[in-house]
Amino acid sequence: MSRVVVIGVGNAFRSDDGAGLRAVELARPLLPPDVPVIESDGEPARLIDCWRGAEVAIVVDASRSDAEPGFVRRAEAGRDPLPDPLSGGSTHALGIGEAVALAEALGRRPERVIVFAIEGASFDAGEGLTAAVEAGAAVAAERLVEEVAVCV
Amino acid sequence: MTHKSPANRAMKVDALARVEGEGGMYVGVEDGRVTDVQLRIFEPPRFFEAFLRGRRYTEPPDITARICGICPIAYQMSACNAIEDACGVVVDGPLHDLRRLIYCGEWIESHTLHVYMLHAPDFLGYEGAVQMAADHRETVERGLRLKKVGNEIIELIGGRAIHPVNVRVGGFYRAPTRRELRPLAAKLEQARDDALETVRWVAGFDFPEFEHDQEYVSLLHPDEYPIMRGRLVSTRGLDIAVSEFDEHVTEEHVEHSNALHAHLATGEHYFVGPMARYNLAFEQLSDVARAAATDAGLGPQVTNPFRSIVVRAVEVLYACDEALRIIAAYEEPDRPAVPVEPVAGVGYGCSEAPRGTLYHRYQLDADGLIVDAKIVPPTSQNQPTIEHDLWHFVEDHLDLADEQLGLRCEQAIRNYDPCISCATHFLDFRVERR
Repeated sequence: MSRVVVIGVGNAFRSDDGAGLRAVELARPLLPPDVPVIESDGEPARLIDCWRGAEVAIVVDASRSDAEPGFVRRAEAGRDPLPDPLSGGSTHALGIGEAVALAEALGRRPERVIVFAIEGASFDAGEGLTAAVEAGAAVAAERLVEEVAVCV
Repeated sequence: MTHKSPANRAMKVDALARVEGEGGMYVGVEDGRVTDVQLRIFEPPRFFEAFLRGRRYTEPPDITARICGICPIAYQMSACNAIEDACGVVVDGPLHDLRRLIYCGEWIESHTLHVYMLHAPDFLGYEGAVQMAADHRETVERGLRLKKVGNEIIELIGGRAIHPVNVRVGGFYRAPTRRELRPLAAKLEQARDDALETVRWVAGFDFPEFEHDQEYVSLLHPDEYPIMRGRLVSTRGLDIAVSEFDEHVTEEHVEHSNALHAHLATGEHYFVGPMARYNLAFEQLSDVARAAATDAGLGPQVTNPFRSIVVRAVEVLYACDEALRIIAAYEEPDRPAVPVEPVAGVGYGCSEAPRGTLYHRYQLDADGLIVDAKIVPPTSQNQPTIEHDLWHFVEDHLDLADEQLGLRCEQAIRNYDPCISCATHFLDFRVERR
């Protein structure tokens, strides 16, 4: 396993819920080839397998809070408290916050788990992101590429 | 949470956020009697039905796999069964076995997730799996190890673990070699031991007294424990071909839920899922699974839904055992898929998703385009039964304090492993007494 792993979380058939997947798709060609890029539905047991053996996990997910659609937030587990939308009101209620906590309880948390949350507007069934969230996914992609460059 | 009078109260659970479904629960109590129970569920299949119209007959396995991240194989297999039925094709032999094998992977993964991460914390008094893991690390590791084997089966045969891409109408794009399956067998031996330990573990939980016999419905086939084929049979005499589903099951829209509620034509609500399969096909479990069930104190009939966690664990053990049997007997097929040419007409398909019977129906035109699609997931079939159970459960336990009653209701809902139970806790839980 590479030192760094990039994980996009979401469901591309639930509109902006696919923002995290879109961000890693945009970032993939710009990342070093030895950095694994994994897509996940966010289910915690799978998520903690995705980052098994990695020192740094960079996770991109959609969030649902009061922020502007497309707004990108960065949080680092253990350093910043994961904001509520990432631990409770995320589109994956049993998602990243739970996965980090579960990994910690099992002694399997990477040294660093960095989360980029892209605020979504629509989580209805359907394909494609709304315009603001598409732009947010591009911003998140740029920021995660920068983050990886610092980590590798 | 407010507390005004024990006789009149309303319990409300507003939101359950989870990608596979969203839901809430409302229970109204007046003068010491339950007056209303509403389970609100959002389910996406209705959107997919519209989305499927005009698509090629080869597309439903890939499209419907996206409906649920927890049970994509079930959607793929019911879709394949229905399309093949419309086109007059029967897939059997090694291809049927491979389908059964990948389905075993899904049962192992989905059931283990539910048993360990969602339901066991209810019985052991933890808020969720994270808190349970702190005190029971080895047990949770066993669950994760077991779940991962299910995942690996799906990944090997399905091409990837989430929304598998190797399943097609008629079979697979590529069939695995015997050599490729061999490493799975070693892992499954360990998984079978872990599954047996799981049965013993959950059998030791405390179960509320809540015997509740009802009409259990499942596929039933003379040769095998129900997964991929058979007739639809109930414990009260229903015995129909899958093609007769629409004549015997009616769906109605209820105001409080996005999901349609299914009833039998007799007006009775019914129950699909592990307990239904177990009650109808106990004798078809493998010797190991049947013996473990007996040792766990289960008879051939289980009517306490709280014991569904034990039944689910028995099915995981069966799935490990069955996967080992299939791998040992596996002969590589001559071709990875049977050719399926489109035929104008209607096809019907059912398979046993981890949480119950999943029905698909497709109408095709002569060019193989989908004219109409219908999908009835297990959760909408079980929803009236869940509400019925909650009604009686609350009435029997009105002496409990609000918080305790609320937790027990959540546990009762999780007995049925509805998609909404993907969340271990309900958000914004409130109890109001008037």
